[in-house]
Amino acid sequence: MSPIILLLLALGLGLAGWLAARARAWAFRRESPDGRLSSLPTYHAWYVALWIVIPVALFIVVWSAIAPGLVTQSVLASPAAADLPAFGFQRQTILNEARAVATGAARAVFNPQAQELVEPYRDALSRFNLIGIAVTVLIAFVGGTWAFLRLKPDFAARNRVERIVMAILLAASLVAILTTIGILASLVFETVRFFGMVSPIDFLFGTFWGPDPMSSADNPDGSRYGAIPLFWGTIFIGAIIAMIVAIPLGMMSAIYLTQYADPKVRAWVKPALEILAGVPTVVYGYFAALTIAPAIRDLALQAGVSNPSSESALAAGLVMGVMIIPFVSSMADDSIAAVPGAMRDGSLAMGATQSETIKKVMIPAALPGIVAGVMLAVSRAIGETMIVVMAASTAANLSANPLEAMTTVTVQIVAMLTGEGSFDHPATLSAFALGFVLFMVTLALNFIALRVVKRFREAYE
Amino acid sequence: MVTVVHDNIEQTEAKMSARDVSVFYGSKKAIDEVSIDIPTEYVTAFIGPSGCGKSTFLRTLNRMNDTIPSARVEGDITLDGQDIYSPKLDVVQLRARVGMVFQKPNPFPKSIYDNIAYGPKIHGLAEGKDQLDDIVEKSLKRAGLWEEVKDRLQDSGTALSGGQQQRLCIARAIAVDPEVILMDEPCSALDPIATAKIEELIAELSGRFAIVIVTHSMQQAARVSQRTAFFHLGKMVEYGRTSDIFTNPHEKRTQDYITGRYG
Repeated sequence: MSPIILLLLALGLGLAGWLAARARAWAFRRESPDGRLSSLPTYHAWYVALWIVIPVALFIVVWSAIAPGLVTQSVLASPAAADLPAFGFQRQTILNEARAVATGAARAVFNPQAQELVEPYRDALSRFNLIGIAVTVLIAFVGGTWAFLRLKPDFAARNRVERIVMAILLAASLVAILTTIGILASLVFETVRFFGMVSPIDFLFGTFWGPDPMSSADNPDGSRYGAIPLFWGTIFIGAIIAMIVAIPLGMMSAIYLTQYADPKVRAWVKPALEILAGVPTVVYGYFAALTIAPAIRDLALQAGVSNPSSESALAAGLVMGVMIIPFVSSMADDSIAAVPGAMRDGSLAMGATQSETIKKVMIPAALPGIVAGVMLAVSRAIGETMIVVMAASTAANLSANPLEAMTTVTVQIVAMLTGEGSFDHPATLSAFALGFVLFMVTLALNFIALRVVKRFREAYE
Repeated sequence: MVTVVHDNIEQTEAKMSARDVSVFYGSKKAIDEVSIDIPTEYVTAFIGPSGCGKSTFLRTLNRMNDTIPSARVEGDITLDGQDIYSPKLDVVQLRARVGMVFQKPNPFPKSIYDNIAYGPKIHGLAEGKDQLDDIVEKSLKRAGLWEEVKDRLQDSGTALSGGQQQRLCIARAIAVDPEVILMDEPCSALDPIATAKIEELIAELSGRFAIVIVTHSMQQAARVSQRTAFFHLGKMVEYGRTSDIFTNPHEKRTQDYITGRYG
């Protein structure tokens, strides 16, 4: 509640600064001999407004992080808090209860001890609210005044505003990068802990996967942490079976849509295909588990396979392939459509047929985009979880038989994190090591895809 | 208005002839009843202001307008007396006989060798690697590009300069041994030196192939062609010897255009 009020206050002060600065700039303009300023009055206005809003916004971010702590500190310092339980869970519960009542989130307390703390809490909250507002106004005033006093007829407000805008945009783009680094850091930390208990050699090259979350955490059996079956399952399902389905179908649909389809047909088929990409993967999972997997088992029975599994890598891979079609097809579609029409005309004018033109000129020219699309599709497929959970089981199985149950890295990450082991058990920590490997592999695939696109982008320019 | 055809042009055997050809884009008439004979012996230039239909007409001669769904052609166009819009005619064969060079050089993103070998391969003109090598070498020599590229046939065609790319495209067109070569403003994207090379090349090739060139530049038409047709607003206004068209036009619109009154 409080940060929002502060923010509204800041925006109001910013607006006031904006109007005042604009009025002042207009006054400069009237007074100046040639009626010109080095920047338009709106830029002066924005300069002052930004100098009010940005420092205040930074303050609000910091304040909303530290204010609750300060409130609690001051409550604990009050005499009523003297006979609280010294540490731990109980003390926290009482404090939370008192706080809930003080802010109006709850009506009454269960714990009589909390009742005494409600009043101090209320005092502290209102005191710190007032401090927050006062500091906000002070910062706004200082920032606004400083900026306002710098306004002069020849003040280059436009350049400064442009620079501030650029800084804001830079900060926005850093958020994504910093998040990636943060994710990586947290993964690395837990992964290092895991490798402290299980040797990386066992993990990366062992062929048996069967962590036991109930075993002793102190002396784990490294031979139960061999992730090869998981890597193999992931590659087999995501990069082999799914791609055997997705690459030809996606390519063919892209070729049809860009080269042969009537514009009316294209107007229907392309959106329909893109809707496929929006279907939640759990829905594909149902389809895989309820329709495809039993059908495959029945077919296997008829073909004379004895006792086929009802969950199979084939079912998961096929459905995953269908799921991936829109990714391959839309990237291929874009890159085929981006091949200059002059290439196509040149080939047709040589007397090549349409299919020769597509095969020998269009696809080679569009290849970088197509390869990038396939790489992205692979990284999407190996990160997919739901379909595999539902159709390919959680049994780690090192086999080249697509009719057998298999599991993937992502499925085991879920299984390990939601398992019964405590958080610092190697079985649980193995999820982070698996995630780290997955992260590195998809990062590498995306990196290669980008490099491929960049290297060949100018091939026909 | 009827086309004025100068009466002093010799009656030679026409390689291609068009009779009352009209082209429509949807309901818009882009070409209005054009009739012309194109001889093998001479270079024929189409001149006229932008949007007059000269390129559109050129593209009807090897049916490149087929690639535009809304385009429709009426009238007769024949190649050696054979109707090229007849359903019996294979457009693949037609385009092998009537090659085309475009406004902007458009080499394929392949090696120089593969650019030239493309046509002979799809038309099955070479029986083996040696024969294909011969065709590539011969075509590049004819296009005056051999000396410049013989040591780097495996480099990408797109790495050449603009003028070299355009000569590569001409070499690519002549590699399938066509009878007619259509050139759609082949020098408009090139600098004067590259343009001069292309014009030299056109002069060398003329006589062996019937050449039709669309150009914006009247000087270029005067330099390279022996026959000139002036197009305006979808109609062919005047057709005759190039020297006559430029010195003694019969039509006022032709005179206005070549003296720079509009265009």
